[in-house]
Amino acid sequence: MLFQLLHDAPAETTGYMIAGYTVIFGLMLAYLVSLVLRRRNLEQDLEVLEDLEKKD
Amino acid sequence: MESKPAILKILDGLTVILLVVATGLVFFYAPEEAVMGQVQRVFYFHVAAGWVGMLGFLVAAVAGIIYLRSGRHNWDIVGLSAVEIGMIFAFINIVTGSIWARPIWNTWWTWDPRLTTATIMELIYAAYLMLRQGIEDADRRARFGAVYAIVGFLSVPLTFFSARLFRTIHPVVIGTNQPGAEGSFDMTPRMLQTFLFSLLTFTFIFADLLWHRIRLGKLAEKVEQLKLREV
Repeated sequence: MLFQLLHDAPAETTGYMIAGYTVIFGLMLAYLVSLVLRRRNLEQDLEVLEDLEKKD
Repeated sequence: MESKPAILKILDGLTVILLVVATGLVFFYAPEEAVMGQVQRVFYFHVAAGWVGMLGFLVAAVAGIIYLRSGRHNWDIVGLSAVEIGMIFAFINIVTGSIWARPIWNTWWTWDPRLTTATIMELIYAAYLMLRQGIEDADRRARFGAVYAIVGFLSVPLTFFSARLFRTIHPVVIGTNQPGAEGSFDMTPRMLQTFLFSLLTFTFIFADLLWHRIRLGKLAEKVEQLKLREV
C-alpha cells in the first residue's frame, strides 16, 4: 500500500517551481525598476536643460 | 513635467489586480499535475511570457511598417519599446523553460528545434538593440530599426511553428502533440481556465509596460533635442 502510494505520487519538484517563479517575478520587477530609474534620470536631465535654456 | 494619464493609472491598477488573481489561480486553483508535480505550475506564466515576447516582436514589425510609410518618429519609439519588452519576456520564457526542463527532461538545456529557434529569435532582437546604439543619425536609426524589425519578425513564426514542423521533445499546448514530446499533459478545465487567464493577464502587462516605455521614449527624445539645442 505504502509502495503504491509512493509510486503513484507526483514527482517532488517544488524547488524548481519556486526557482521558476523567482525568475519570473524577479525579472519583471527588475524591468519595472529600470523603467522608474531611467524616467527619474531623464526628468532630472530635463530640469537641468530647461534651467539652462531659461538662463540663456 | 507631464503627468500620468488617468487611463494609464486605471490600467496600472487593473494589471496589478489581474496579476494577483492570476498568481492566486496558479497556486491555489489549478490542480497539481499528476506526474510532473509542482514544477508544472511554471507552465502558466512560461507560456504567457512567450506569448508576450512574440506579441512584442509583432508590434515592433507593425510599427516598422507604419514608420516606413508615414516617417513619423513616434512609431520608431513604439517599435523600440515593443522589442525591449518582447526581449525581457522571451528571456523569461527561455529561462523558465530551462528550469522546467531540468526535472522533466533531466537536463537544463538541449538543442531541440524549439529551444534553438527561441534562442536565435532572442539573439536577433539583442542584435537589434546593439546595432541601433551604433547609429548616430536619428532618421537612419529609425529606418534601420523599422527594416530590421520587419525582417527579424520572420524568426517569430519559425519559433512558434518549430515544435509542430520539426521532430522535437518540446510539448505542444495547442493542437496535436508530437509522439516524442516529453512533459506533455492533458489540461483539466481548471488548468485551462488558469492558462487562459494567465494569457489575458500577461497581455494587460504588455499593454501597460508598452505605454510606460513609449512615454519614457518620448521623454528621452525631448531631452535629446534639448541637448542638441544646447550644443
